[in-house]
Amino acid sequence: MKRFLSVCIICLFLSLPAGVLRADTPEEQGLSIALEAERRDDGFGDSTADMKMILKNRHGQESVRLIRIKTLEVKDDGDKSLSVFDTPRDVKGTAFLTFSHKQGDDDQWLYLPALKRVKRINSRNKSGSFMGSEFAYEDISSQESEKYTYKWIKNEPLNGVDCFIIERYPVDLKNSGYTRLLTWIDKDEYRVRKVEYYDRKKSLLKTLTLDGYQQYLGKYWRAHEMHMVNHQNGKSTVLLWTNQQFRQGLSELDFTQNSLKRVR
Amino acid sequence: MHTFEILFGNWVVRKRWWIIVASLVLGLAAASGGRLLSFVNDSRVFFSEENPQLQALEALENTYVKNENVFFILAPKDGDVFTRKTLTAVEELTEAAWQIPYSSRVNSLSNFQHTRSENDDLIVEDLVLDAQSLSDSELEEIKYIALNEPLLVNRQVSDRGHVTGINVNILKPGESQGEVREVADFVRVLADDFRVKYPGLDIYLSGGIIIDHAFGEASLRDLTTLVPAMYLVLIVIMGLTLRSVAGTFVTFLVIAFSMFTGLGLAGWLGIALTPASANAPTIILTLAVADSIHVLITIFYQMRAGRSKHEAIAESLRINLQPVFLTSITTTIGFLSMNFSDAPPFRDLGNVVAMGVIAAFFYSIFFLPALMAVLPIREKKQAEQREFRMIGQFADYVIRRRAGLFWVMLLVFIPLASGISQIELNDNFVKYFDESYDFRRATDFAEDNLTGFDVIEYSLESGEPGGINNPNYLLKVDEFANWYKAQPNVVHVISITEVMKRLNKNMHGDDPAFYRIPESRELAAQNMLLYEMSLPFGLDLNNQINVDKSATRMIVTLKKVTAADLRELDENARDWLSLNAPESMFSYGSGLSIMFAHISKRNIESMLGASIFALILISAILIVALRSFKLGFVSLLPNLSPAILAFGIWGLAVGEVGLAVSVMIAMTLGIVVDDTVHFISKYQRARREEQMSSPDAVRYAFETVGSALFITTLILAAGFTILSFSGFKVNSDMGQMTVITIVMALLMDFFFLPIVLMKVDKSVDKRSVTQ
Repeated sequence: MKRFLSVCIICLFLSLPAGVLRADTPEEQGLSIALEAERRDDGFGDSTADMKMILKNRHGQESVRLIRIKTLEVKDDGDKSLSVFDTPRDVKGTAFLTFSHKQGDDDQWLYLPALKRVKRINSRNKSGSFMGSEFAYEDISSQESEKYTYKWIKNEPLNGVDCFIIERYPVDLKNSGYTRLLTWIDKDEYRVRKVEYYDRKKSLLKTLTLDGYQQYLGKYWRAHEMHMVNHQNGKSTVLLWTNQQFRQGLSELDFTQNSLKRVR
Repeated sequence: MHTFEILFGNWVVRKRWWIIVASLVLGLAAASGGRLLSFVNDSRVFFSEENPQLQALEALENTYVKNENVFFILAPKDGDVFTRKTLTAVEELTEAAWQIPYSSRVNSLSNFQHTRSENDDLIVEDLVLDAQSLSDSELEEIKYIALNEPLLVNRQVSDRGHVTGINVNILKPGESQGEVREVADFVRVLADDFRVKYPGLDIYLSGGIIIDHAFGEASLRDLTTLVPAMYLVLIVIMGLTLRSVAGTFVTFLVIAFSMFTGLGLAGWLGIALTPASANAPTIILTLAVADSIHVLITIFYQMRAGRSKHEAIAESLRINLQPVFLTSITTTIGFLSMNFSDAPPFRDLGNVVAMGVIAAFFYSIFFLPALMAVLPIREKKQAEQREFRMIGQFADYVIRRRAGLFWVMLLVFIPLASGISQIELNDNFVKYFDESYDFRRATDFAEDNLTGFDVIEYSLESGEPGGINNPNYLLKVDEFANWYKAQPNVVHVISITEVMKRLNKNMHGDDPAFYRIPESRELAAQNMLLYEMSLPFGLDLNNQINVDKSATRMIVTLKKVTAADLRELDENARDWLSLNAPESMFSYGSGLSIMFAHISKRNIESMLGASIFALILISAILIVALRSFKLGFVSLLPNLSPAILAFGIWGLAVGEVGLAVSVMIAMTLGIVVDDTVHFISKYQRARREEQMSSPDAVRYAFETVGSALFITTLILAAGFTILSFSGFKVNSDMGQMTVITIVMALLMDFFFLPIVLMKVDKSVDKRSVTQ
């Protein structure tokens, strides 16, 4: 009889969801999901990729921008990245350097070939549109876990894929355009599948969906299609990624203000 | 026909209870649709989807973004915006404005993105940050920057620095009518909160959303104030003229039922009420009462002549069935022809009134006599009635003086009619509302102190992707903007070139010599890229530049302009563009102000054909009904001339008129015809049945319908006078013009129609005499 009871208790415990067993608060659960996602991307070193940005307005007009992006992983701080604009032709050769930071504002510089000068950008304004698209700088910059606080909401499948749904709240509320980001992360690989952005008055502003995930170096997943739809103004932007490469031997020297002038 | 009318009258008296019950059931069933009625709060409701200017505006809005807004006007009582207190209020309200439902963009003095050069870097930041802690010298500097910034002066701040405005762009999902109300309610509370918190500030509310809200409010206000007033006036007039409690009561029921049936059917059909169609009830009441009056007056006349009540009712139906039917059908045709209007609210108005008029016809010939048949009515038998002596004397006068009167009428008619040339078309959707509306006073205050509310917008194409960075394009746009700034009444021009010039200066170490368009398109594009990357949420340039950077939006703000000014300016601008700019840049001006500037003309064009068609149809009906081509033709004169005279008198006395004028002929035609029908049909009956001479027939017509015509005209004039008290100009103009038209119609029927009839029939009389 005693044995039967203990078997029953063990069965009962086993049937409970893992989260309840650990008795974490939703905030702690949210954070641990975010940290796990970050951990899985650790150690990629550096990468390069080509990005095609397609802008669409409500009237059906389209416009394309081509950008090459290099990224360098930095230990104990945010990543460094360098973007070179190839089209539109008027901004060809313009290069954008970012040092993202876990704490405080990111550093940003823009090299303007027409002036042959490097200009620093006031990155407090990270909530603004990136190159006229529906992506804000804060949407595409390195998503360091320290930039948000978290809360696990629930688990729910999205298009047949089991997902965690967590909410992220910007730490720097004053300069962010959002009050919260509802984020779908798949359970298998901790990849972000969908994000809903809620504006300052807490209305749904935009939805981002990420597709075409591919794995590199047997470990790192990258989405190759990102669709951002602005529900309020009816405009949308698509990012298509190609030519994704890892471990190209990039170093700090490739990410300096002087290096901006050299890029072609 | 006559036997049918006799049978009908007796049948109604016999089946009175059935008719009363059936009328109540059908009336309530129709009226229950009233709960489905809704109010439209959208200034664009006056434009059909086929309207090319609306389509152009929507294309522009889909390319950039829709400019619907709420505009807060802040007037510090000390007359200075640049104080810590006021700037703090501006900063706080700017922040709070992001919480307004559907807000997508907030522009104020405080979050204006001021750019400057510092250590060779471009600094882009809010013009006012933490106003509370600003020093006096910082305040001075902010004032200096603001009053020298072309994008701010006369838009966000007055040139004297005594009034400031906060503009909130609203992007409604457009899914329900409730959105406008939601925004309006929110901002009213917000404004009230700030009024309490900052007693030193006067705060006014204006902007497109507030105007849209007023459109809904205007409908409701007209319904709740004019309709009860109308009932009161009608009851008083009926009481005085009919001198019968039962008669007044029954008529009251008939017009109320007609009104609720018309409105209820509108509800069933899904027609939403607009400021124009919301006046259908007032018009139905006015028109419905005439039918009842004709039937009742005959009943009382017959009873005074000694008949029993039921005999009198049957006789009244025999006499009135045809003319009441005829007048109802002609009125209905007139109102239905409003379906040709380009403005959907007038189509709705026409349809709702037409349904009400048809309902009134049925209630007047079934419900009214049936109800009279069961109510206790006593009328003393009277030998002779006083009013008939008076009208007889009047008839004698007209017949005696017919030669002189004819020329007098012509002499009066021609100069009055020539006043039409003095009519000037003017529509302005802000001025549609009178000063009893808060937002109208706010808008007037803003026009006097800060900025304007009439806007002309352009999408200026460069002809190639990225072409907006081409210095040639920019110089041309700048030239165009400068041309506009030099035009009278233009208070402000938003053009991308202002930013371009300022950035170029900033990028050259704030050297004022570089306040000009950059020399190369690369530099322009790269300056712009840098700037765009520095802008915060909600202040990007996507509302001014299209996605492939091939076109920019230019917004011209004007104040105190008439529709004629706007039309002229738009035309001059087009001339300027075709003369000075590349072909790709040519564009028509767009926007609500421009659309309203053309609305009257467009509607007059669409209604002219419809009015002529209605006139021909009505004349044809008269020819068939009177079985006389000649009389049908003669009827054209008193049918058409009242509207011409009304336009002429309006031109001489007022001059300016808007949208109302376009539907005037169609609307009044059906009403004016009624008088003519009644007069001519009695005249003809005297000629045919009694073989009277033409002057005797005229006297007979006067005696039989003269007083009824006088009373119905009085009622109609009273009804439309009440409409002229509407706070919505389109309705008050319509009311006033209709009153003039109806009075003119009575004058024509009394002083001109009889004379023409006698003239036309003189030769016939002579012939019959010689025979």
